[in-house]
Amino acid sequence: MMFLLITITFFMVKILPGNPFASDKMQAGAKEALYAYYGLDKPIWQQYITYLSNLLKGDLGVSFKLRSIKVNDIIAQSFPKSCDLGIRAIIFALVFGILLGILAALRRGKAIDSISMIIAIIGTSVPSFIIGFFIQYFFSVKLQWFPVSGYDNLKSTILPSFALGLGLLATIAKYTRTSMLEITNSDYVKTANAKGLSKIQIIFKHELRNALIPILTLLGPMIASVITGTFVVEKVFAIPGLGQYYVTSVTNLDYSMVLGLTIFFAAFLVLMNLLVDIAYIIVDPRIRLS
Amino acid sequence: MPTSPSIIAEGIDCTDFEEVGIKPDEVEVINKPSTTYFKDAWRRFKSNKVAILGLLILSFFIIMAIFGPLMVPYKYNDSNLKIANQSFSASHWFGTDELGRDYWARIWIGGRISLLIGVLATILQGTIGIIIGSISGFFGGKIDSFLMRIVEFLQAFPYLVWVTLLILIAGSGIIPMILALTLTGWLSMARLVRGQILSIKQEDYVIAATALGADRRRIIRRHMIPNSMGVIIVNLTFSVPQAIFSEAFLSFIGIGIKPPMSSWGLLVSLGMSQLTSYPMRLLIPCICISLTMLSFQLLGDGLRDALDPKLRH
Repeated sequence: MMFLLITITFFMVKILPGNPFASDKMQAGAKEALYAYYGLDKPIWQQYITYLSNLLKGDLGVSFKLRSIKVNDIIAQSFPKSCDLGIRAIIFALVFGILLGILAALRRGKAIDSISMIIAIIGTSVPSFIIGFFIQYFFSVKLQWFPVSGYDNLKSTILPSFALGLGLLATIAKYTRTSMLEITNSDYVKTANAKGLSKIQIIFKHELRNALIPILTLLGPMIASVITGTFVVEKVFAIPGLGQYYVTSVTNLDYSMVLGLTIFFAAFLVLMNLLVDIAYIIVDPRIRLS
Repeated sequence: MPTSPSIIAEGIDCTDFEEVGIKPDEVEVINKPSTTYFKDAWRRFKSNKVAILGLLILSFFIIMAIFGPLMVPYKYNDSNLKIANQSFSASHWFGTDELGRDYWARIWIGGRISLLIGVLATILQGTIGIIIGSISGFFGGKIDSFLMRIVEFLQAFPYLVWVTLLILIAGSGIIPMILALTLTGWLSMARLVRGQILSIKQEDYVIAATALGADRRRIIRRHMIPNSMGVIIVNLTFSVPQAIFSEAFLSFIGIGIKPPMSSWGLLVSLGMSQLTSYPMRLLIPCICISLTMLSFQLLGDGLRDALDPKLRH
C-alpha cells in the first residue's frame, strides 16, 4: 500500500507544471549542471528507480530550493516541534473533552450540558486558524498575556495547542456524552447499581471504560486532522514546524520537498492508524474474540 | 354500581340513551389526514428553534452573497490608491483595503465564491459518492470489495495533502479547486450510502417485497431511495461547511483563490499580515466563515433530528 502511494505521489509531482528553477537567473550551463546534480536530466523511469532505491535506504532526497539541504534533515529538525504541538493539542482535547462529555451526560439537560454542547458546536464549526487568530488577537495583542508568536517556552505553547485542540475537544465531548448516555442504560450498569456500588465507582469502573472505546476509533481521523491543523496553526503563530515547511515548499514549488513531505505525512498517518487499531484490540476484548 | 340500571340519576333514565354498538366501517377510518415523510420531517424541523436559527443565519449569508455586491457602486477589484486603508464610513461601509478596494464588495464577492465552491463541490462529491456507494452496496461481492479497497486506500491519507497536490497540478482557481475537492471528498458519502444500502437490504420489508415478487427496480425506487434519503441529505449538509473550510484552508496557505479575485479564505490570509494595524480586515471574513459554518452545522443537526428520529439523543 505504501508502495502504491509513493508511486502515485511521485508521478503526480512529476507532472506538476512549472519549474522550481525557472525564476532563477543563471549562466548558460549552470542550469544543465543543476539538472544533472538533481538527476533531472535522466528519463523519468530512471529517476523513479533512483528515488525508490534511495527511499529504501531512508533517504527522501534533497530540497530544490534550499540547495543541498536534505529533506531528512528538515524533518529531523522541525518534526519534533510539530509533534510536540500535536501531542499537547491531543492531550488537552482528550482531558477536557472527556471531562466535559461526562459532566454533560451526568447533568443531562442542565446548564453544564448546554454549555458543553455550545462549546462543541463552536469547536466543530470554527476553523482552527480562525480560533488561532481570535485568541492571538485578544490574549497576545490586546491583553499581552502570552507571546504573539514563536514556540520556545511553555507559555508560548499554550495558545497554539488550544487553537489546534479545540476542534478535537468538541468532537470528543460530543462522542463521550453520547456513549455515556447509552451506557447508563445498559444492563451491566443496572447490575452495578443493583449491587449497590457507589456512583463514583460505577462512573469510573463501568461507564467510562466502555464509553472510551468509541473515542479510540476517533483517534485515527483526529491525528489526520491534527496534521493538517498544524499547517495553518503553525503559520498563524509563526512556529518553525514541519507544517510550515510543507506550506512554504508548496508555494515555492519546491517539488522534491513536497514529494518527500507528502510521503512522510502519509507514512506517519498509516503508522498511527495501525497503532490505533492495535490499541483498539487491546482495550476491547470483544473485538479480539470476533 | 348503580342498583337499578334503568335509573342513572334523578330525572335521567336509560330511555334517554340510544345504543350505538360497534360500526366496523367507522372504527377503522383514520381521522387525521395522512402525512408524507417529508411533511412530517418539516413539522419536526419547524419546532426546532436552534435549527431555524441556523436556517436564518444561512439565508442571510446567501442573500448577502447574491445582493451584497450590488448594494454599493464599487466593484470588488476597483482599486483606487487615493482612498486606501480607510476605515468604516458612509461611502465605504466596511472601509477599503490597502489598494483602496471597497471591502464590503470584496467580502460579499468572497462570500459568493466561498459558498459556490462549498455547494458545488458538495453536490459533485455527493453524486459520485452516492453512485459508487450504491453500486458497491447493491451488487456486493467482488465489485464491492474492489471499490471499498480503493476507498480505504484513499482514506488512509491526509486528504488536504492530496487536495494540495491536485491543485498544484490543475492550477489555482475556482474550477480546479472544485475538482480537487470533488476527487477527494466523495469517500465518506460512498461509505455511508453503501452501509445504508446494505442494512436496508437486510430489512424485513425488503425481504417481504422480494418474496412477494417485487423486482429490483421497484425495490430501489420504493425502499432503497426513500429510506436512505434522510441520511444522505444530512451528510450533504455537513459536507458543505467542510468544503468551505477546505477552500479557506487552501486560500489561506496561498494556493487557492488568488487576488484580485476574492474569497473568504483569501481575505483571512491577506488580513493576517495586517492583524495589528487593521484587525477588522481579519475579523470580518473570520466571522463570516465561522457563522456560515456554524449555521450549516445547526441546520445539519436539525435536519438529522427531523429526518431520522431514531438517531435522536
